[in-house]
Amino acid sequence: MKTLRAYGAVLLAANLLLTNGCASNRQDMAQSDYPQPLYPVERLVPEDLQDAQAEIYDPFEGLNKRIYSFNYYFDRTVFLPVTNTWRRYVPYFARKGVSNFFNNIRDLRTLANSILQLAPEKAAQSAGRVLINSTVGIYGFIDVATDLDFPRPSEDFGQTLGRWGVGQGPFVMIPFLGPSNMRDGIGMIPDLVLQTEAYGGFLAKPLRSTIFVFDAIDTRSQVPFRYYETGSVYEYETVRWLNSVKRDLDVAK
Amino acid sequence: MSAGRSMEKLNCTVIESVTGPITRLVAALIALSAAVFVAIVLTAAWVPEALAEEYRFPIQDRWVATVVGTPTQFAADLTPVERIPFRKRRLRIFADRELPDVIFYNRDMIYTVALQKQKSAPVMFLIAGTGAAHNGSKNMLLARAFYEMGYNIVSLSSPTYANFISSASSTGVPGHVFHDAEDLYRAMQMAWDAVKGKRTATGFAMTGYSLGGFNAAFVAQLDSQRKVFDFDKVLLINPPVNLYNSISLLDRMIENIPGGTENYDQFYERVIQAFSDVYKRNEDTVSFDEDFLARVFLAYKPRDEELAALVGLAFRLSSSSLILTSDVMTDFGFIKPKGYEIPRHENLTPYRQVAGRVGFTDFYHDFFYPFYAQEHPELSRDGFIALMSLTSITQYLRDANHIEVIHNADDVILAPGEIDYIDDVFGARARIYPYGGHLGNMAYRDVMTHIQSVFRE
Repeated sequence: MKTLRAYGAVLLAANLLLTNGCASNRQDMAQSDYPQPLYPVERLVPEDLQDAQAEIYDPFEGLNKRIYSFNYYFDRTVFLPVTNTWRRYVPYFARKGVSNFFNNIRDLRTLANSILQLAPEKAAQSAGRVLINSTVGIYGFIDVATDLDFPRPSEDFGQTLGRWGVGQGPFVMIPFLGPSNMRDGIGMIPDLVLQTEAYGGFLAKPLRSTIFVFDAIDTRSQVPFRYYETGSVYEYETVRWLNSVKRDLDVAK
Repeated sequence: MSAGRSMEKLNCTVIESVTGPITRLVAALIALSAAVFVAIVLTAAWVPEALAEEYRFPIQDRWVATVVGTPTQFAADLTPVERIPFRKRRLRIFADRELPDVIFYNRDMIYTVALQKQKSAPVMFLIAGTGAAHNGSKNMLLARAFYEMGYNIVSLSSPTYANFISSASSTGVPGHVFHDAEDLYRAMQMAWDAVKGKRTATGFAMTGYSLGGFNAAFVAQLDSQRKVFDFDKVLLINPPVNLYNSISLLDRMIENIPGGTENYDQFYERVIQAFSDVYKRNEDTVSFDEDFLARVFLAYKPRDEELAALVGLAFRLSSSSLILTSDVMTDFGFIKPKGYEIPRHENLTPYRQVAGRVGFTDFYHDFFYPFYAQEHPELSRDGFIALMSLTSITQYLRDANHIEVIHNADDVILAPGEIDYIDDVFGARARIYPYGGHLGNMAYRDVMTHIQSVFRE
């Protein structure tokens, strides 16, 4: 529950902290005390420009960008060295087993959310997966369902909220975890409660409190994204927009 | 959706406007087949490989080839990436360089290395094309081809890649052929020095594609004077001949946007929509090099003019990062007010909007040329354009027997007549395919076999 409270606090902080980061819009640049560049905004960019990338609601941009670079430093100094060690020294079958174990818990999350979304097909698919993998697959360590060509939908509480018409709300960079939005960030809380309950069902206490660390390592080592390495100097803007597009698509799927 | 299935729906048209080179090529092919026939008669040995010389790349439309590349079932079967020990490394090229705060993360040059298990092996340097990274898919494709031949791989980003400009460019403005060559040469030496202790190099070779091939020609020339590596073999894959001609062509591609350039935004929106659809289907990495196009294509099935516009747009995406990076590195005052230091966490959207609308030629005339003109006071604008061209080292290229070229007669980045220049200067050291667009056939089996054979003597 400590983790949950920490998340709540972060989200609340994000909600309350209005930052001053967003300094340079059209007016500010024109008003600045510096000489005009050769190609100023006014010369090339039409006033009525429709720019989907610029239209993502991001009132906490200054704070978000700071968290973005915090995540970059955390990635480089802690997270990636750990996942690299994990990949280098833990044999493939063991890593795969751990991934399968967490995927099984995620399938449980999908099951719960599919029910909440009144999506019987996805509910049936994930129920089938969880049943088979938790039994024949020994607590989920072996992914028998995928070998049997079971489809694997992915639903979380953020998508459930979206399914019932809740918008994404402002863009939020979550420390350690990465890009998200207010709706999905809050949606993590019920998913986490469910996950904690699921672990409580069969894990011994010391394991229950450290399991999140392994979950994080497993998740990070499967995401190829590296902060500031897309080659675009406008990466933050692009990631912010892609995240929004992707989450809309996830809800629509 | 697989690349294969969508290929069947493609309407492949015949190549246009390249009849001159094709006639010459047909003549060359006739001469070649005659020679092969004589060889067969003389040796009385039936060599099935001789028949494989016939070029059967499946996509004949140069725009489709450029955008889609080689369909998987026609691609060379190379060692998969997972089986090669690729390592990403960082290097501080200029020890005391102060980087502007807004690009603080680009202080070290990032590059990729893959070492052979044995202690001694030859080394292959790779140079990426415009805006592409050390670990972009084309460099990785070449790395796989050369690693399985026994090369240690040192793969570098293009000098036009934001990380390279910030960390490894001495001037902060890429595109100057001689400065880029110096920067690359320095980076190569430092990159190799970093692994030298662990491995012995039995020789050095270099391959670059597109602008990277162009860069490689000038690095080879520099190396012929300094002899640090004394390259055994250098391969240039689809290089431009004259930089200005190629960037003009790229700018003109953007003009193919349906309804004209004033519809830039609507077109961009539609491309983005197509990109979203692709993104929905596969959640792999987000990288903005040239192959972002291939994925968009599958969802979009555009006409030739739209494909041309797409190619132009993809280059715009990389040039927009180049422009802001060079502007903050030099405080030139191009899209950012001179003297203004962009804070680390500032909103960059206005810069992105401007940079995406500045053409390559605008950049050339209003930033690149004025920036370097003081170094060459004796040169006119046209003289400077002529200097940034393979033609400025023609005599060297004619005599450099260790440099080979592969190219396509219908490459979209070549101006009319430039393929003849390649043919004339490199002669037997140039393999020119009749079609394949810009790099569209690089992964094609027969082409890859040829690429490997260049280094097999």
